[in-house]
Amino acid sequence: MMSNNLQLNSKGKLKHFLTIEGLDKALLIEILDLAESFVGTEDQRIKKIPLLRGKSIVNLFFENSTRTRTTFELAARRLSADVLSMSIATSSTSKGESLLDTIRNLEAMYVDMFVVRHGISGAAHFIAQHAAPNVSVINAGDGQHAHPTQAMLDMFTIRQMKGDFANLRVAVVGDILHSRVARSDIQALNTLGVAEVRVIAPKTLLPAQVETMGVTVSHNLTDGLKDIDVIIMLRLQKERMSAALLPSESEYFKCFGLTEERLKIAKPDAIVMHPGPINRGVEIDSNVADGSQSVILKQVSNGIAIRMAIMAMAMQKQDSL
Amino acid sequence: MERILIKDGRIIDPANKFDRIGSVYIADGKIASVTNEPAGFKADRIIDANNQIVCPGFIDLSTRLREPGESRKATFASETAAAAASGITTMCLQPDTIPVIDARAVAELIRDQAEKSGYTQILPIAALTQKLEGIELSAMLALKDAGCVAVSNANQPVKNLLVLRRAMEYAASHDLLLIFRPNDVWLANNGCVHEGKLSTRYGLPSIPDAAETIALAQCLELAELTGCRVHFGQISSRRSVIKLHQAKKYGLAVSADVAIHQLHLTEDDMIPFDSAYHVLPPFRTNRDKAALREGLASGTVDCICSDHQPHDLDAKLGAFPETELGISSLETLLPLMLKLVAERAITLEQGIAALTLKPAQILKLDCGALTPGFAADLCVFDPEQEWQVNSGNWRSQGLNTPFWGQTFKGRVTHTLQAGKIIYS
Repeated sequence: MMSNNLQLNSKGKLKHFLTIEGLDKALLIEILDLAESFVGTEDQRIKKIPLLRGKSIVNLFFENSTRTRTTFELAARRLSADVLSMSIATSSTSKGESLLDTIRNLEAMYVDMFVVRHGISGAAHFIAQHAAPNVSVINAGDGQHAHPTQAMLDMFTIRQMKGDFANLRVAVVGDILHSRVARSDIQALNTLGVAEVRVIAPKTLLPAQVETMGVTVSHNLTDGLKDIDVIIMLRLQKERMSAALLPSESEYFKCFGLTEERLKIAKPDAIVMHPGPINRGVEIDSNVADGSQSVILKQVSNGIAIRMAIMAMAMQKQDSL
Repeated sequence: MERILIKDGRIIDPANKFDRIGSVYIADGKIASVTNEPAGFKADRIIDANNQIVCPGFIDLSTRLREPGESRKATFASETAAAAASGITTMCLQPDTIPVIDARAVAELIRDQAEKSGYTQILPIAALTQKLEGIELSAMLALKDAGCVAVSNANQPVKNLLVLRRAMEYAASHDLLLIFRPNDVWLANNGCVHEGKLSTRYGLPSIPDAAETIALAQCLELAELTGCRVHFGQISSRRSVIKLHQAKKYGLAVSADVAIHQLHLTEDDMIPFDSAYHVLPPFRTNRDKAALREGLASGTVDCICSDHQPHDLDAKLGAFPETELGISSLETLLPLMLKLVAERAITLEQGIAALTLKPAQILKLDCGALTPGFAADLCVFDPEQEWQVNSGNWRSQGLNTPFWGQTFKGRVTHTLQAGKIIYS
């Protein structure tokens, strides 16, 4: 597929935020810098910034989510936007037609931005393509394709902890095949120029020709963690066992679970990340998740500043157009 | 009936190894003579084919015309008119209509209605199993008597290899051709793109080429066991070409076709999440495309088909995996074949043979050649005329093509079926 610039306007500014692919390093840094300026607003007595006053944002969640939806909501409110969250239960028969109808109906109510989470890869692209020209679409996760705001908050957390990306070796561990977080993280890390992205998983949880995404591959967590600065653990869904991708949770933990002992193989100052929600004792030991090297809760807090930055930038293009 | 003289065209007739400038004489709906004027021939109509190519009408081995059952998408009238304008004089209809072509009445209804439309001839393919469920055999003999030219389970799986074996034995008993689209549904696992760098990058459910080659290999074994003639429809991978080459060398009575778009597009050409590229089998790699082209040139792959699947707009409107698959492809069949010739993948004679002589041989039809006495099914086209794929030039009711807006060379000027001009 050719690279796409659906998410940029004619001046190269962010219009939609659908995927990390096709965005350059300067733009990613701009997002991180703007987010940094928002950090600390939560500590102030008055938490609101009037950047998006009078704007209407609709969170459209076709898939369940607590953290992502909440942080998007808080981010929008802190920017003084009017925000409405809708959880839309999808039946298996619901088709693009009804998806489009939903969007058209909401557009008719003069919505300025949609934040969309959907279970099908490409859903956010589809909505962005068919949305009215003055409407921005932010992808809050589509199928197994992309979760770019999660990737940016991960990058933000890494920069906060490590300062620079240049010499970092980052391990992404677990179910890469089904993970939109992994795909967006890998693209962001490579765009920001880390030394190495290493994926660690059994073959059943790795997509075909994964090395074409610019990663090295390991099937062994013990060997794979050597020289690693950042460990991104992925959530293992229960249904992977019934699909014959893995024998059992306990065997997975034995081979790919992050324990205190294994963590010692990585660099002593390595940080441990996880997009949540975590399965304690499946992909990560409780002691590690709650340990001193874990930055999992920091990721959650950073989610608000990053989402504020992305929403502000996407909305800015509208006013400058 | 009108006596027609098509004069001064470059006549290419692979069946008779004929390629030179001359005239074709048509009387009583049949080819009367090529080059030599029959005694006392007086033409009622003269078609000047100067600077044009005259060849047998094209035979398309795989189409879906959406009738019966989905006439909101397309009709016999709309699609046979589009076919006639594309030089196609015969097309095979896949059995997955609504209802399925598993009963004599359905086959007869289709032939009747298609005949009334008055353009391209439609030959139904019978369902291999009842309702295409893959469990019980269809009434193949009755369906053959009703005009079905082959049996197929279309894209639906057969329950297991024992059922497939028995279906093939039964088909062989009645000298029926099995058209088999190799696809192991378990390995395909509801995928929508080729398994490789594209599926990995975009997180799309994927189909490995092994889903095709494993099904093909199994069917080849059963072809030997049962003696059934098998034609493989719409192969898409390099390793399928290799397996077919071996099987043919070994002496099995098998043949294969490739959809025209598979000879031009790969996963690299796809626009992210653009449903116009959603096809089955999926667009694969450059290596696969090159092997399919070589297979066509060497004769391992016998025919080119359109694999025409018109859709209405709604069918293609949605997130990529949820959209319906297929391309509306009758009208790009000839120009895309000529593009292969221009790119020196095949010769013009090979391209025409893959659209005429070869499918006629596989279906055992008395057409696909300009042999005197054969029905006068002909196509006259201008290989240099440029045209753009746009709403002004498009006839099919399905606008779903990834080639929309592109300009091609090669335009049909006249199409004759059984001596009747069905397009000019």
